Amino acid sequence: MRFGVVIFPGSNCEQDVIHAARYLGHEAEYIWHGDTDLAGFDAVVLPGGFSYGDYIRCGAVARFSPVMAEVVRFAEAGGPVMGICNGFQILTEAHLLPGALLRNVGLKFICHSQPLRVEQSACQWLDLPAGTVVDIPVNHNEGNYICDAETLQRLKGNGQIVLRYCEPDGSVLSGSAPNGALDNIAGICNERGNVFGLMPHPERVVDPLCSGTDGVSFFNTIVQRLAEV
Amino acid sequence: MARFDIYVTYKKGIFDPPGATAERALQNLGYEEVSSVKIGKFIQLEVVDGTSMDRVAEMCGKLLANPVIEDYRIEPVEEA
Repeated sequence: MRFGVVIFPGSNCEQDVIHAARYLGHEAEYIWHGDTDLAGFDAVVLPGGFSYGDYIRCGAVARFSPVMAEVVRFAEAGGPVMGICNGFQILTEAHLLPGALLRNVGLKFICHSQPLRVEQSACQWLDLPAGTVVDIPVNHNEGNYICDAETLQRLKGNGQIVLRYCEPDGSVLSGSAPNGALDNIAGICNERGNVFGLMPHPERVVDPLCSGTDGVSFFNTIVQRLAEV
Repeated sequence: MARFDIYVTYKKGIFDPPGATAERALQNLGYEEVSSVKIGKFIQLEVVDGTSMDRVAEMCGKLLANPVIEDYRIEPVEEA
């Protein structure tokens, strides 16, 4: 089992993802954005950061990096792909996930530990019981998820909403999303469940030395799942 | 050389946080007549002569705008 972590110009969380995977005992290697071969990788992570300076729109340019054509092929073949923060934005721009991420309501860059409620979903990357509350840092300026009403119905009906911003007790209130995200959506997956995008940073909470371990299952679940196949 | 001006704006119904903030700020400054501010992008594109509108629209749909959230308007510019 080997994670591949894509480095785009302007990515800045790739080392954290590599560290998290290796800390948990998994193999992980970098993939350069100019590469066009994903052979040898079992799962791909698009890390956080500011790819291409967030110019035009977050993820709009990264989406056309040479490696992305391969990532799309990999995902369409059922390969597991997780996009964290800027990685989530890139996945929406690449149309691997529906919707878009707008500027936070209030125009504030948010950076804090955030309670999230795990929803019943098709996501292959997470098997925590629905209703579990995890604390994971958010660190972004454009995390205000939006999609049209029809897409939202589809996300709900297919179990594609994976994480919602919530209060510490797990209740989801209208003001729970610190960025104004539609329906408090913090993370979604595709219908098949292999492509997962989320604004929070699970890679920052796998080592007890760094304020928690709530991010562990975001890496271990997919490893176990692939081992069973 | 031909020039096109491209205006990218949020689709109707998409909340525009910078626009809403500017709207409140103007009202706070005493411009009570302000009822709405929308902030978008203005792009000046220079291309070789003979480039078609369709080709420019393709650039907009692919990269310069995100059709999920944004509309775009293309205006050919006559050089003075």
